[in-house]
Amino acid sequence: MNGTKSYLSKTVEELKPSGIRRFFDLAAGMEGVISLGVGEPDFITPWSVREAAILSLEQGYTSYTANAGLMELREEIAGYMQKGFGVSYSPRSEIIVTVGASQALDIALRAILDPGDEVIVVEPSFVSYVPLVSLAGGVPVQVQTLKENGFKILPEQLEKVITDRTKAIILCSPNNPTGTMLNGSELEAIAQIAEKYDLLVLSDEIYAELAYDGEYTSFATISGMKKRTILISGFSKGFAMTGWRLGFVCAPETISQAMLKIHQYAMMCAPTMAQFAALEALKTGRSDVEDMKKSYKRRRNYFVQSLNELGLTCHVPGGAFYAFPSIESTGLSSEEFAEKLLLEEKVAVVPGNIFGESGEGHVRCSYATSMELLQEAIKRIGHFLKRNQKA
Amino acid sequence: MKLTEKQIEVLAILENNSARIPVEDIAKMAELSKAETETILDKLEEMKVLVRYNSVIDWSKVDGHEGVTAMIDVKVAPKRGVGFDEVAQRIYRFKEVRSVYLMSGAYDLSVIIEGRSMNEVARFVSEKLSTLDSVLSTTTHFILKKYKHDGTIFEQNEDDKRIVVSP
Ligand SMILES: Cc1ncc(COP(=O)(O)O)c(C=O)c1O
Repeated sequence: MNGTKSYLSKTVEELKPSGIRRFFDLAAGMEGVISLGVGEPDFITPWSVREAAILSLEQGYTSYTANAGLMELREEIAGYMQKGFGVSYSPRSEIIVTVGASQALDIALRAILDPGDEVIVVEPSFVSYVPLVSLAGGVPVQVQTLKENGFKILPEQLEKVITDRTKAIILCSPNNPTGTMLNGSELEAIAQIAEKYDLLVLSDEIYAELAYDGEYTSFATISGMKKRTILISGFSKGFAMTGWRLGFVCAPETISQAMLKIHQYAMMCAPTMAQFAALEALKTGRSDVEDMKKSYKRRRNYFVQSLNELGLTCHVPGGAFYAFPSIESTGLSSEEFAEKLLLEEKVAVVPGNIFGESGEGHVRCSYATSMELLQEAIKRIGHFLKRNQKA
Repeated sequence: MKLTEKQIEVLAILENNSARIPVEDIAKMAELSKAETETILDKLEEMKVLVRYNSVIDWSKVDGHEGVTAMIDVKVAPKRGVGFDEVAQRIYRFKEVRSVYLMSGAYDLSVIIEGRSMNEVARFVSEKLSTLDSVLSTTTHFILKKYKHDGTIFEQNEDDKRIVVSP
C-alpha cells in the first residue's frame, strides 16, 4: 500500500464503531464487575431446548435446510404468530428463518432500499439500525423522542421529517434501550402516517414476549398495515437464546421473496441445529418464557423503584429488560457517568448517547441480572451518587 | 384455600428468592407498600400457607457435618379406623425423620431419615422403625450424593457467562 489509496469502501470507512465496544474494552479484565450492561437474558436457554439441539446432532441433522428454514419450523412460527399475536402469515411464502433478528433487519433493508432512500429511525434506538441503513445504501434519518413523553414517538414528529425519498420507518416496541412500549392507539397513529405517505414499517418485535403492562400489539395487526409491515422477531430475548443466532422475518410475499433472494446468496440458511432448538422452544418452551417474564417483571418493579428513590428518575418501562434513568442530577455526561461508575464502583451500565443524541443524559441498565446482584448494584450506585450528586 | 393475587405473588417471590430478601424489596417487586407486604406475610403465616422460611444447605461441603440421608420404603399393615395415619404419626414424631409420605405402589410409606452416620441410621431403622407394631418390612436406600434438592441444583457452576457489555 502506498499510503494514499484506501482499500475500504467509503460507506464502511464512514461507519462509526459502536460505542458499546469502548465500554466492553474498558470493562474487560476488571474483576468483580456487576454487569447491568448486557442486552440479553441472564437465563440459560431452557434445558428442554438445549436437549433437543443435542438430539438433533445425535441424529445427524448436520446439513443445510431449505433456504427459508425448516418447513416444520416455519409452520410452527406461523402458528405462534397467529395464536400469540393474532397475525397470520403463510409459512410457504411469507416467513424466513434468519440468523438472528440482526440478519432479518439486514435483508429487510437491503431488499427495500435504493441508494439515497431515506429510512426514519426512532431514537434512542438499537445500535444497529443506523449503520444497517447506511450499509444497505440508504440514508438514516433520526427522530428524537423525549423523556417527557416516556420516549414515545409522536406522529407529528414523524411527519416533520418525511420527504419524497422516505421509504420506511423502523419501530421497536418494546424498545432497546428505553423499554418503552407503544400501545394499540399509539401504533394506530403511526399507521395513519404510513398510509398517508405510503411508507413501509420495519417493526422490530424481538421483545414482544417481554411486555409487562397491558396487551402487546403487533404492528401488523393494525388495520391495513399487514401489507406495509416487515415484522422482525426471533428467539434471542424471549426464549433466552441469544447465542443460537436464530430469528425470523414475516412480510408480504413480494417482499419476502426479495429478502429470500438475498438470504439465499448471502447465508444459504440459518444454522440447522439452532432451527431444531427453536422448533422445540415453540413447541414446549412457552411455560419457561412465562416464568422468565414473571421474574423480569418483579426485578423491573424493584429496580426501577429503587433507582427513582436514589434520585435517578426513570419512567416505568413497559417491556424488554432495560431501565433508562436520567442521570442529569449528577451533572455528568452519560459517558462520564458510565465510566466513573464502572471504575469507582464496578457497576457496568451503557451510556445513553450510544443509542442516539436523545439518549444523552441517561444510561441504560439491564435488569436481566439476579435479584442479589441488583440489590448489590443499587447499593453501589447509592454510594456513587453520594459522592457525585450535583450540589 | 383461596388466596388473593397479591398473596400468591408474594409467595412466588419468596419461593424464587432467598429467605433473606428484605420486606422492602419484596414490596417493590410486588408493587406493594411495605405495610401491605407485612400484612400479607402475617396473614400467610397465620393461615399456615407460608409454613417456614427455608434455606437449602449443602451440608456435604461442611467438615464434620456431612451426615447421612436414607430413604426407607416401609410396608405397613393399616389399622381399622385409622388406616395409615396412626402409624405415620408414630413415625414422624421421631426427630431423625425428615419427611414421611404415603405412597401408592410397591410399599406404603416413604420415610426420609437423617443421621450423623450410617450406623446411627441403621440403628434407628432396626431398633425404632422395624419394631413398630404395624410395620411389616423396611428397605433402606442410602443417598450417596445430592445433585438436586427441592429444585436447587447443587455443585452447579452458575457463573455469568455473558460478556460484560453487549448491545
Ligand atoms: C431491538 C433489537 N433488535 C434486534 C436485536 C438482535 O437480536 P438477535 O440476537 O436476534 O440478532 C437486538 C439485540 O440486542 C435488539 O435489542
